[in-house]
Amino acid sequence: MTAIAPGTVPKSSRGSAARARMLRSLLPALSLALVLMAIAWLNPRAISYFGFNLMLNLAIPIALATIAQMFVIAGNELDLSIGTFVGFVGCVTATWLRDAPLIGVAVLLGSIGVYALLGALIHLRNLPSIVVTLGMSFVWQGLAILILPKPGGKAPDWLLAIMSFKPPYIPFPILAALLIAAIVHFGLMRTSYGVILRGSGGNAAALRRAGWSLLKTKIVLFALTGLFGVLSGMALIGITTSADANIGNGYTLLSIAGVILGGGEFVGGRVSPIGAVIGALTLALAASPLLTFMHIPPDWQVAANGAILIIVLAARVLISRRER
Amino acid sequence: MLQAIADIVRLDGAEKHFGAVRALNGVDFHVGAGECVGLVGHNGAGKSTLMHMVAGTLRPDGGQIAVRGNQEASYSVARALELGIRCVFQELSLCPNLSVAENTRINHPSLSGLGWRRKAADLIQAKLDEIFPDHGIAADDIAGDLSIGRRQMVEVARAFTLTREPLHLVILDEPTSSLDAHTAGQLLSFVRRFVAAGGSCILISHVLGEVLQNADRIVVMRDGKVVAADAASAFDRDKLVAAMGGAGEHQKAAAETRKVAVGALRVRARPARQQDGKELVARAGEIIGLAGLAGHGQTDLLLAIFSAASRDRAGIEVTAPVALVAGDRQADGIFAQWSIAQNIGIRSLQRLRDGLLISPQREAELAEFWKKKIGIRTPDMNNNIYSLSGGNQQKALFARALGSDAEIVLMDDPMRGVDIGTKLEVYDLVREEAGKGRTFLWYTTETEELDNCDHVYVFKNGRIVANLGRDELTEEKIIQSSFGDTA
Repeated sequence: MTAIAPGTVPKSSRGSAARARMLRSLLPALSLALVLMAIAWLNPRAISYFGFNLMLNLAIPIALATIAQMFVIAGNELDLSIGTFVGFVGCVTATWLRDAPLIGVAVLLGSIGVYALLGALIHLRNLPSIVVTLGMSFVWQGLAILILPKPGGKAPDWLLAIMSFKPPYIPFPILAALLIAAIVHFGLMRTSYGVILRGSGGNAAALRRAGWSLLKTKIVLFALTGLFGVLSGMALIGITTSADANIGNGYTLLSIAGVILGGGEFVGGRVSPIGAVIGALTLALAASPLLTFMHIPPDWQVAANGAILIIVLAARVLISRRER
Repeated sequence: MLQAIADIVRLDGAEKHFGAVRALNGVDFHVGAGECVGLVGHNGAGKSTLMHMVAGTLRPDGGQIAVRGNQEASYSVARALELGIRCVFQELSLCPNLSVAENTRINHPSLSGLGWRRKAADLIQAKLDEIFPDHGIAADDIAGDLSIGRRQMVEVARAFTLTREPLHLVILDEPTSSLDAHTAGQLLSFVRRFVAAGGSCILISHVLGEVLQNADRIVVMRDGKVVAADAASAFDRDKLVAAMGGAGEHQKAAAETRKVAVGALRVRARPARQQDGKELVARAGEIIGLAGLAGHGQTDLLLAIFSAASRDRAGIEVTAPVALVAGDRQADGIFAQWSIAQNIGIRSLQRLRDGLLISPQREAELAEFWKKKIGIRTPDMNNNIYSLSGGNQQKALFARALGSDAEIVLMDDPMRGVDIGTKLEVYDLVREEAGKGRTFLWYTTETEELDNCDHVYVFKNGRIVANLGRDELTEEKIIQSSFGDTA
């Protein structure tokens, strides 16, 4: 019998699958580049140290919230409460964390613990996370209003100092985005336990058969969501200097859109931290700077924002479908 | 040495119930060191349940498990792994979103710390090279991008990788179901080497020849009990089939020459990579086989024909409605949330319509007709499709295709992992339907199934390399064409 390499034919089809994956992973960067080019064309002066600082002002909290959302999505769940949670954290940061730091820290750590418990509850009772977190969103909102009935409070000075840091040459938001992406990429994509976390979204039954605890992976994923939600709320207050119970409400959908824009998928444990951060930056830029430069009146900006989101996400779907 | 110590694992009086169903009814089973035990039986005979017990994924409701002579009171997956017992399950259990190396890491808690990626990649690469030379799989390939056969190769190789935990017994549940003859042979000869070196193995397979040739001892199960157990040399094919209680004789009915009246042209198709003039021609009433090594363009051609039925494609002519019976049942065949009746009716919605809505009555009639005709074993066709065993799920998918208006039925290796009784029933049905003028295009990795075909096209590298009529059809010819140099 003449031995032939059985790899000849399927290799090409696998090559095209790899190419499709490559293209998909480049798509977030492409859409960011496109938005940047549009801004540069409309207003060349915006592409500067000062301009980026201004335009990406809110990108850090959005990126952190997107990373938070990405962790639950990695485990095939969805967090509809991240927006109001960010608002709650903001209210705690602008009040207790400044006036009584010990209580503030305890409350924030406790809220991460609540997230971990939610993960346990969702796993043990086999509840849909959408229902549980939708309920929790009202809880966080209510707590936030209790803490801060009217807009106000003030961020702790150390937080203001951090968020107004001006490094040489590279604008702070870009530096922070790089740092967040690198740390989370290493933790989730390169470490050996990160593999287990992503595997729990890919094929939970296989993981259980290999002797891993799915309860633990779910708790860890939700706790990480809580942690990054806390960081997001604190970063937000560090920029805005004072809080409002409704300050984070838009973040729920922004964070989900950021994950998907960044190449993540709702099920199957396919997420990308670098993509998620890029997706968040794209959304932050497309949100107001681009629209303002396009002379779209503020009344129409929210709608235009939504339209941009649909176009970018549709492009993603089209490209991945054609490659298939 | 005492017999009890020489046993890697021993189960005494194992019982398991699922509600009212007794899946295992007092089974005694043991595997010795350096022994390959073949386990055969119909789908639903309790083989998988028994293996889940040995692997620690299911707790027995009664009976005892002893490993190396020690009673195990709280046996679990973790404990089984610690004792060196591993299982390759029938359903593919790789994480599709992870790379081959990362999937290896999942089974080895000790692959951690600095440099674990390199270690995991080297480990799986070395094992793949050892079992399947020329496998063409890289450690950083994403599992979901691999073909089903390659995924199975990774899974098998992964079970034999060695880190901190010992390795004494590997359970292989249908390990060759998605492999072509060549890679299946590589795997089985590796299993023999493993056993010769003192390892133990349980081999579950519906391909009886594999079990007869490779097992030292064969255990036959039926209705949750062990009905026969003896040295492999004491069995032959007929004895095994008889012990399993399978449909005994009509095996060779297939080989009887079927009279084929040459009907109208149904399909004329040239594979996209075909350079010479060879093309596939199928007429009404014919059963056409597509053979060759797995993944050499057979499925691609079937899918091309399928899409050519709804819009024009160059090089392919299709003259009648088409239905496809998928090979990867879970991924491409079944609507998991739907009932059996809905799963059957989906291809025939036009006919089931009553005004704008689907008539539940007509849907139920269609389902009931096929339940009787094809013998789907269920108390109620409104049960969820997953309440059926694997073989019966596949029957439901056949019913979907045959119950439709399709005159051409494309079969993409649909009998993978199906028990022999079901297979024989389906073969009869296919011949009967062909007699009524339907055309079947049948891709199969099991050479025996080609006996049912009037014509066989052998594929290699995406091209047709041979066209064999029924009288010139032999296994040697097919192997020759699939391995020979392309003309």
